Amino acid sequence: MSLNVPTMAEMMAKGESPDILFWVGCSGSFDDRAKKITKALVKILNECKVQFAVLGTEENCTGDPAKRAGNEFTFQMQAMMNIQVLDGYEVKKIVTACPHCFNTLKNEYPELGGNYEVIHHTQLIQELINQGKLTLKDGGTFKGKKITFHDPCYLGRANDVYEAPRELIQKLDGELVEMKRCKTNGLCCGAGGAQMFKEAEKGNKEINVERTEEALELDPDVIATGCPFCNTMMTDGVKNFEKEGEVEVLDVAELIATAADL
Amino acid sequence: MIATILFALLLVIGFGFFGWNVMKVRSNIKLGRDIDRTDNKGERWKTMLLVAFGQQKMFTRPIPALLHLAIYAAFVITQIELIEIIIDGLMGNHRTFHSSLGGFYTFMISFIEVLSVAALIATIIFLSRRNLLKLPRFNMSEMNGWPKMDGNMILFMELVLVLCIFTMNGADEAAHVQLTGESYGFAISSLIGPAFFEGMSLESLHTLERIGWWGHILMVFAFLNYLPYSKHFHIVLAFPNTYYSNLDKKGKFSNMESVTKEVKLMMDPTADPFAAPPEGEVAEPQRFGAKDVTDLTWKNLLDSYTCTECGRCTSSCPANITGKLLSPRKIMMDTRDRLVEVGDNKRKHGADYDDGKSLLGDYITEEELWACTSCNACVQECPVNIDPLSIIVDLRRYLVMEESKVPSELTGMLTNIENNGAPWQFSPSDRLNWANED
Repeated sequence: MSLNVPTMAEMMAKGESPDILFWVGCSGSFDDRAKKITKALVKILNECKVQFAVLGTEENCTGDPAKRAGNEFTFQMQAMMNIQVLDGYEVKKIVTACPHCFNTLKNEYPELGGNYEVIHHTQLIQELINQGKLTLKDGGTFKGKKITFHDPCYLGRANDVYEAPRELIQKLDGELVEMKRCKTNGLCCGAGGAQMFKEAEKGNKEINVERTEEALELDPDVIATGCPFCNTMMTDGVKNFEKEGEVEVLDVAELIATAADL
Repeated sequence: MIATILFALLLVIGFGFFGWNVMKVRSNIKLGRDIDRTDNKGERWKTMLLVAFGQQKMFTRPIPALLHLAIYAAFVITQIELIEIIIDGLMGNHRTFHSSLGGFYTFMISFIEVLSVAALIATIIFLSRRNLLKLPRFNMSEMNGWPKMDGNMILFMELVLVLCIFTMNGADEAAHVQLTGESYGFAISSLIGPAFFEGMSLESLHTLERIGWWGHILMVFAFLNYLPYSKHFHIVLAFPNTYYSNLDKKGKFSNMESVTKEVKLMMDPTADPFAAPPEGEVAEPQRFGAKDVTDLTWKNLLDSYTCTECGRCTSSCPANITGKLLSPRKIMMDTRDRLVEVGDNKRKHGADYDDGKSLLGDYITEEELWACTSCNACVQECPVNIDPLSIIVDLRRYLVMEESKVPSELTGMLTNIENNGAPWQFSPSDRLNWANED
């Protein structure tokens, strides 16, 4: 099934305006693993006939890693450019699969003049299921499987979203198992604060190894995440323990798309 | 008479010296940059009530929370007895409220005694956690020396306080029984009296009671005046500190207005970069980010005085857990130590004195700053809503924007964002390629 991914420019040319903008983010656009998450979400949006559009080549980094790294200039340049584009298209509502984009757009753009309703993709999917627009197939792929959810810091602690991803996982036939450090006590994957783009400082262990070890203690079939960076870190962690044959690292959107047979 | 004069003198010196030190701390805190925390008063009172008064966040770790609650409750309730002690001391009375309050007096003193026993037990457990069990979070490198001693001193002083109370009440009880044939009927001292003080002469009982009474009040003033020098100041500052909490989402980093102005100028083709600032607007040259404590906000500085070095932040920090140099607690301790130094320097050598040192470099190293993942675990954990992360970010801002000191991989990331709108080196024209790939 080919994906239907309209851009804002195309929509505008047709005189239409979408209900929601899908902010894909740099990972979702360029990283091979994260692109699969992007596509899973688009499949869900297409299935539910959501009127959405992407910015395509007009999208630019939100500036999140620059801000976390302490470079406010680069951040604000990015933000101002993005706000010009978003306001040009009169965007009101944004969904994104990246908690870093989510946090920055939602919390840090308003003071620079960009005011939008921003939601995380797990919140949107939850809404779609609750509205009956998306139904999961019975006896799906996850029957009897153990799934644990790793809280992305910028979704959980940073923005207090803990339940949406969990409610989605509970809709699968599998079993949601929690790590000892979860929700407000969740342990970071190690990628936040611009660490994704640098080597870790000197220590005695990698943070993603520490976190993956904790997840693997539960003997899960799936480690679910809601963040492309966490996904990378947990995937590397699983490889570190040579468990990639037994444990999958999947985004919640991928779990739902699979369960809905998309 | 002499006792009354001595007591009045003690009162004046005790409160006076404390007040003087509080003013010093206040003036140090006011060295920080301004930040507006006057909004949302209802929410602020609620936060203070729950987090400081109700100790809400302590209860994520129930056992220490209960022990801490015992000491806290005993401390707060004992202040009622302190009122009587002060009145007795000034009037030369003995148990001023005993006759007028009757049964309620017996109940109050009994309540205080029961709480004091609970506090005594908690204090002993806390001392053994620090010194016998050697809990890791109390034995990290930043705790060596004074901080470890500080923690033990506080607990030791609490022991003395409680022991004085029971010496006072126990001896008084035994004397009361000898004189009137009746017990006061206080919950604990009616047991301690006969057990420890029976058979003593009235004179020695009286002496013991006075030793307990004076020992207690002297310890109270010693403790009060120790506070401004100690991590234990949290018993006072937890209240304002939680009132002035950050009420925004934790993920929101502060916006730098000074940068916004410049960026707007750069993006506005009609702007005149050489135009004089509009009337009324004073252009203060401020550095970007923070190099020293005076570049931080007063809330950051209040945070540093409020920190009681419990180490919950550090024990939940992913960087610290995996052996990196960063410890959020050390960030707070360094900030306070440096602030005390800067404040003392200014008072001694004048407001413009520069000792050539700074928080960044002399206290906190770049390696610590670059280990942070900005995950907010430290902020979440702090029982009194301290925010170590905002200090880390402001120090990073100074490093990056004033000194261009960025880890080399991050330079690449920043250049990529500026050149091609993504942290990696991909062409912006390829951004939508995923839609057409399998």
